[in-house]
Amino acid sequence: METMSLKIFYSLTSIALFGIGMYALFAYAHLLRKILAVNIMFTGISLFLVATAQRSSDSNLDPIPLALVITGIVVLVSATAFAIMMVCKLCEKTGMTQLPDEDR
Amino acid sequence: MDETTVLIVWVILLPFVGAMVAFILGPRKAPIVTIITSYCIISVVAALTWQVWKYGPQRHDVGGWVAPLGIALYADGLTVLMLIMSIVVGTLVSVYALGYFTDSSISSETGKANHRSKSSFFWVLWLFLWAALNALFLSQDIFNIYITLELLTLAAVALITLEGESEAITAAIRYLLTSLVGAALFLFGVAILYANFGTLELEGLGELVQTGSLSVVAIALITMGLLLKTALFPMHFWLPPAHSNALTPVSSLLSALVIKGSFYVLLRLWFQVFPLEVTMVAGHLIGCLAAAAILWGSLAAMCQKRLKILVAYSTVAQVGYLFLLFPLAAKETHGLGAWNGAIYQTISHACAKAAMFMVVGNIIRAIGHDRIKDMKGVCQQLPVSMFAFALAGLTIMGMPPSGGFAAKWMLITTSIQSGQWWWAVILLAGGLLAAGYIFSVLKYAFIKTEIVNVPLRPVPRCMEWAPLILSLLALLIGFTPMPLDLLRIGNPFPDAVTMEVVK
Repeated sequence: METMSLKIFYSLTSIALFGIGMYALFAYAHLLRKILAVNIMFTGISLFLVATAQRSSDSNLDPIPLALVITGIVVLVSATAFAIMMVCKLCEKTGMTQLPDEDR
Repeated sequence: MDETTVLIVWVILLPFVGAMVAFILGPRKAPIVTIITSYCIISVVAALTWQVWKYGPQRHDVGGWVAPLGIALYADGLTVLMLIMSIVVGTLVSVYALGYFTDSSISSETGKANHRSKSSFFWVLWLFLWAALNALFLSQDIFNIYITLELLTLAAVALITLEGESEAITAAIRYLLTSLVGAALFLFGVAILYANFGTLELEGLGELVQTGSLSVVAIALITMGLLLKTALFPMHFWLPPAHSNALTPVSSLLSALVIKGSFYVLLRLWFQVFPLEVTMVAGHLIGCLAAAAILWGSLAAMCQKRLKILVAYSTVAQVGYLFLLFPLAAKETHGLGAWNGAIYQTISHACAKAAMFMVVGNIIRAIGHDRIKDMKGVCQQLPVSMFAFALAGLTIMGMPPSGGFAAKWMLITTSIQSGQWWWAVILLAGGLLAAGYIFSVLKYAFIKTEIVNVPLRPVPRCMEWAPLILSLLALLIGFTPMPLDLLRIGNPFPDAVTMEVVK
């Protein structure tokens, strides 16, 4: 029973994190903030996956979601590093840390 | 382990190995490594095609691990066709790039070094992109599909940044962020599916998934994510700047292959996994977006003053045709026609659009800009290229006898047979609008000038012939039913006539 409510708690938190990330992505113009926002979104998904690892009330954990989380982190780290590198390049070239408006 | 299963693994492994070898050997040897790798991939895929043709769909559990722990690879007619499409476009883009990156006109030392590093990274990243595409086409595991989508995006974004100017970097950052949001939505959907049904394997999921509030949420998230990555209207905002600011061979690859990757995933999930009740309703919604994409993309293309961005907007419109499959296939009895039409469109658009971007690259090289109004006399300078452009235009417009015509014909027939005539109207209007923007380019390009200017920079012969071959192929697809026979192997419409599989 306790694990069940814990699971729901984790799931709701993960959805909240995902939402916060999504909001921040659209709300802030600074690119580093946008990259952080994407990271928060993925953290939310990771938490959700971790919450699903406990399938039943006994202590047997499902290993697959944990493997997925680790793989997801690897992908996210490389994407983040790459994005930060590009932001540095953009800053070097134009001195800006945010994207210019759509219509040029 | 028998031979057939090993073949599938090599299709993915070869480009990965090639990319790493090309990276280690450096800029001088990278093109040679790419050529050797392409040759190997061609032979392996040819063997795989023969296997699928003879014995039906092939399946392989990597490392002998079966689902749920292992990752399954799977090849049927559709997979093989997609692999062949990426080979055809990929090798011809490579041939084009051989000419593109050998530029004798750069004089300064720093310019030369810069050019060389661009070229070496191009080959490495292109091989990585190819590996990601092949892995994507062969995956039968929804999480593995997520990984391959990410690999595809990272390689594609890195290729865009090769151009080096701030516009390209801006476009690349926008593309990466959009794509990451798409990936997050997709991954959340995958997580929900796994939490509910306990498997990641497509076939297993297809049997288990039922209509329920949670699976509807998951399907909505996954579909949204993939639509973002495929740039269906109104989520296309990242595409025109990204595709028009990249180097020419990169633009060709992006428009021809990369967006087809996420479309392919949606195809697989839609017809193999998602329950029919959901796809019926959602299909019509996607159909409306597709219609808007066709009309809006074509109109936006007509308003452009520069050729490269015009071609990019034309991709937005052409993506719309692909998605008309979803409302048309909602009535299952007519599914096969729409299915064939959409895949014909995928292939012919890949060939035609890659050719068009190459021609734009040639024009920029020869006259130094791509302003449509100042293109007088281009035809006299680059006759072969403009011929290729016009041929590719035939397919984009859907004029007979081209691959684009065959695709649109199948889609129109299906829409009339299944009583959804309004999609046929959209298809015809889209063809007319496409004719509008293609002819507006040709009008200026065919104006004869008295003085024929010498090209600013010489255009090597391979850069002229690669697009011509591609646009001829786009035309020839309209003549042969060969792809249809291949497509029948393992198609998701069991009630349609299936080919006898020889045991």
